[in-house]
Amino acid sequence: MKQIANAVIMYPDDNVVTAITDLSKGEIVKYRVSDQWFEVSLIDNISFGHKLAVKEIKAFEPIIKYGENIGLATCDISAGEHVHVHNVDSVRGKGN
Amino acid sequence: MEFLGYLRPNGKVGVRNHVLVLPSVVCSSTTTAQIAAKVEGAVSLPNQTGCAQVGNDVEQTMRTLAGFGRNPNVAAVLVVGLGCESVNAYELAELIKETGKPVEVLVIQEVGGTIKTVEKGIEIVKRFKEYADQVPRKMVGLDELVIGVECGGSDTTSGIASNPAAGVASDLIVEAGGTTFLSETPELIGAEHILAKRAISPEVGEKLIQTVATFEEKLSKEGIDFRGAQPSPGNIAGGLTTIEEKSLGAIYKSGMAPILDVLAYGEEPKEKGHYFMDSPGFDVESNTGMIASGAQILLFTTGRGTPVGSPIAPVIKIIGNPKMASIMADNIDVDASLIVQGLKTVQEVGKDIFNEIVEVANGKLTKAEELGHFEFAINRVGPSF
Repeated sequence: MKQIANAVIMYPDDNVVTAITDLSKGEIVKYRVSDQWFEVSLIDNISFGHKLAVKEIKAFEPIIKYGENIGLATCDISAGEHVHVHNVDSVRGKGN
Repeated sequence: MEFLGYLRPNGKVGVRNHVLVLPSVVCSSTTTAQIAAKVEGAVSLPNQTGCAQVGNDVEQTMRTLAGFGRNPNVAAVLVVGLGCESVNAYELAELIKETGKPVEVLVIQEVGGTIKTVEKGIEIVKRFKEYADQVPRKMVGLDELVIGVECGGSDTTSGIASNPAAGVASDLIVEAGGTTFLSETPELIGAEHILAKRAISPEVGEKLIQTVATFEEKLSKEGIDFRGAQPSPGNIAGGLTTIEEKSLGAIYKSGMAPILDVLAYGEEPKEKGHYFMDSPGFDVESNTGMIASGAQILLFTTGRGTPVGSPIAPVIKIIGNPKMASIMADNIDVDASLIVQGLKTVQEVGKDIFNEIVEVANGKLTKAEELGHFEFAINRVGPSF
């Protein structure tokens, strides 16, 4: 059966993926790294373009996208959870 | 590949042939608009600066206005001043005259008010238009192109689709011997270490890192937390969480070419190749700076869509978000959302953008030109006094 991705990962080691369609709680997210398919069950509704965790991320651990640190988790984040401004904080640009 | 360009006396080549009626100060902006409105083919721009400025700030404003006059898309320039402003109209005209193109000056306080200045202005601009119509056109190589690459109204599709595709096009232009600019210093925050590795020398790499550090130090000194502006509310609604994430997606539009140097806002490069220009993340100010640096065409990537254009340069709009591609279709030139939908690769859309550049250089109008978009804003680096 042909698999269809509903999220994309930018680098293999990223701990978040980006939804490329609107997704609902309980849905299975499918994304591909090279030829290998991965799945994660959604805990939250995710709008097109928003991110979800594909691994458990502990508070103060980095959020990895593009293989780089894009900010720190402000609380524990579960796989399948929405990752955005409510649970991530920038490290830079805060004037401190 | 080649394009049919307009030859300028200094050897540069334009892709458009505008007669520019340039206000040296906000006080002469209405007068220049009235003159330009009366002669077909003439353009003006809404200058909101030019007075009560000092130091670096007035120098940057002068350099930017001069850059617009010097840009090869402009055949001839009428500078209109008021007479008592910080940006002296005669000094501005001298900087433009270095290019060898026809330049004249009218000063409202010397000519005697709006009505007389508009009358005299129309006379001069009509003469300039006749001159512009006689400018020789010639097929030239793509090495004559200078392309600014900008992003605005970004969302997470920008880093997946429109920026990587624009980066492919930027690389193709550089491979053809042309010049491209990346800009927007705040949008290097968190990604500068990656770009610095592409610098032509360790010195240029260090200059790039230092340019970002200087910007961040300014934030720290003033205790400014710039979240709220970077990422913007629209960026956040589109799924971008932090400035680091936005920057890492933004630098894709710079492709893979080596970075030759860091240019000041509105500074012209000395050689052909890829450059970074120090500018704000505010897209219209950044566009204005790159055009002042000599860009004849801008690539403008977006996720959410934007109508922004320029008074003298075609702006090619490239969108990555499939839903917004349909909602904002009136304003979009290249649809990169096909990448997100799995219908085209980044390489294929990059080639589409490259082909679009060549067509636009040969005279095809962009959506922003068809719709008469003339957005213009000079980046201020000091207070008004």
